[in-house]
Amino acid sequence: MDWTALVLSLQLALLTCLLLVPAVLLLALGLRRLRPGPRRLVQALLALPLVLPPTVLGYYLLLALGRTSPLGQLWEDLFGRPLVFTFEGILLASLIFNLPFAAQPLIRGLEAIPRHLREAAWLCGFSPLKTFLRVELPLLRPALATALVLVFAHTLGEFGVVLMVGGAVPGETRTAAVAVFDAVQAFDDVTAARLSLALLVLSLFALLLLQLVEPRRGSHGR
Amino acid sequence: MGPMAAEAPALAVELQQARPIPLDVRFSLEPGELLALVGPSGSGKTTVLRAIAGLDPIPRARVVAGGEVWEDTARGIRLPPQRRRVGMVFQDYALFPHMTALDNVAAAVAAGERALRRARARELLRRMHLEGLEGRLPHQLSGGQRQRVALARALAREPRVLLLDEPFSAVDQVTRRRLQRELVLLRQAEPIPTVLVTHDLEEALRLADRLCVIHHGRTLQSGPPREVITRPRSAEVARLVDLPNIYEGEVVGHDADARLTRLRWRGHLLEARLQPDFAPGVRVDWVIPPGFVVLHRRDRPSRGERENPVGGPIGELYVLGEQAHVTLLVDGEVPLVFTVSAHAARRNGLAVGVRVRVSLLAEGIHLMARRAQGEAPAPAQ
Repeated sequence: MDWTALVLSLQLALLTCLLLVPAVLLLALGLRRLRPGPRRLVQALLALPLVLPPTVLGYYLLLALGRTSPLGQLWEDLFGRPLVFTFEGILLASLIFNLPFAAQPLIRGLEAIPRHLREAAWLCGFSPLKTFLRVELPLLRPALATALVLVFAHTLGEFGVVLMVGGAVPGETRTAAVAVFDAVQAFDDVTAARLSLALLVLSLFALLLLQLVEPRRGSHGR
Repeated sequence: MGPMAAEAPALAVELQQARPIPLDVRFSLEPGELLALVGPSGSGKTTVLRAIAGLDPIPRARVVAGGEVWEDTARGIRLPPQRRRVGMVFQDYALFPHMTALDNVAAAVAAGERALRRARARELLRRMHLEGLEGRLPHQLSGGQRQRVALARALAREPRVLLLDEPFSAVDQVTRRRLQRELVLLRQAEPIPTVLVTHDLEEALRLADRLCVIHHGRTLQSGPPREVITRPRSAEVARLVDLPNIYEGEVVGHDADARLTRLRWRGHLLEARLQPDFAPGVRVDWVIPPGFVVLHRRDRPSRGERENPVGGPIGELYVLGEQAHVTLLVDGEVPLVFTVSAHAARRNGLAVGVRVRVSLLAEGIHLMARRAQGEAPAPAQ
């Protein structure tokens, strides 16, 4: 079994979760201050990776991160290695194609918190930060869990974008999903079967976890 | 605080804005006074509360509470809600759903050691008769219990002003009576000026020291409840406080000695309580609250019968509890509403179509200036 690919997938999924979910939470909080027009535009942009074909998204990311692009050059000047076909490159891509999976639950979760609760907190003397930490964050727990699970599971399963941006460099960008493809191409049925089963079990486990979290949503509402 | 502060009202509010809801409201409250804001939904009642709490910015506003200027847009002063000592009970209570009753209340206790804050919260919950329920989450409490937790949380702030937004609308009748009683007892103990928003006129009459009738964001009339409902300033106010019997007539003249104003209404010459502000010849709206309409008993005529007698057939009659609500068609045309006890209605043989006579007591006939040009005239008979 290709443990390297599986470990790489898990690393990628964990790092994506840790970086993306807090960032999107801040973004969702900022979104609340926008007027409805611009807010809808940003929300549409955040959902875009959901409907684009992975190859199209991968193509644009390749353009944006490539060695001749400004971002790619800057990265190479700073760190001495390119973005494309590296782990950092697929991590960056992963952060982008996972945007909708983090944004949807968090935006919905924030919207579900009644405005009166925030205002009641202010009238208790809570600063905006204290209001967030003591009232909003606890109520967001189910939404945060949903975002984490969805991002984790989706990262494990993403194939097209990773292949476009990362190629299939073993130990660097060849994730479990890509390795399954390679194994099938090479008629290595045993590796393909084992990796597939591992991904299946992991994904199922994540979704079961999600179901454990979800029913609690809204029980606070009344 | 200097001697000036002692004389200032406990709460002074002036609000003006053109949009989104036009607003032109001013009032002031003495310590412990309860003002009820009444008016149809969308009239701006809740906006007034939110403005006092600092939750919605109002372009031209002045809010002074207990000598502290919370807002004075002319001087560029606008304290955030956190710095206004306001106790607010939201219509949906807005309890923090993930905190216990105790933590909800403790959250509003001003800074201090955690143990002290919780002790204070415990005491407030006990005062609201919630001992034993400190550890419950809001969804484990009944509607009335939640309302009392919300009130305890509002008081925990040691507020200079108490704001109640339809606080009794989400509970059943029995609970409502009990909560209203507790509010009255509370106000006896703590003289906090209170603004109550309600669409329930009866509730306003029961609880308020003063009534403020708001329509389209404008104060139409403000005064003691009794005065507002018996002497409304205009036909519009009369309708908003649900008075029937609004008519149009013409002032004939005044008799200062008899303390009477004479009024022509349809073919009748009516005597009203002396209201010399209206010049003879002026057309006025007038109203007579149902309590000032007296039925002539068929079996035993009485002294009041000389006072503005009118008559006609009964157009509608229904009994609610002990009271019979009667609509008399004066001269067979104009509806006049009054109530008699149900047994009096039976004894007098009242029924639809039966002709009866009533007296309009002069004391109850109240004249009101006609509305200014350009405003929709009231449908008066």
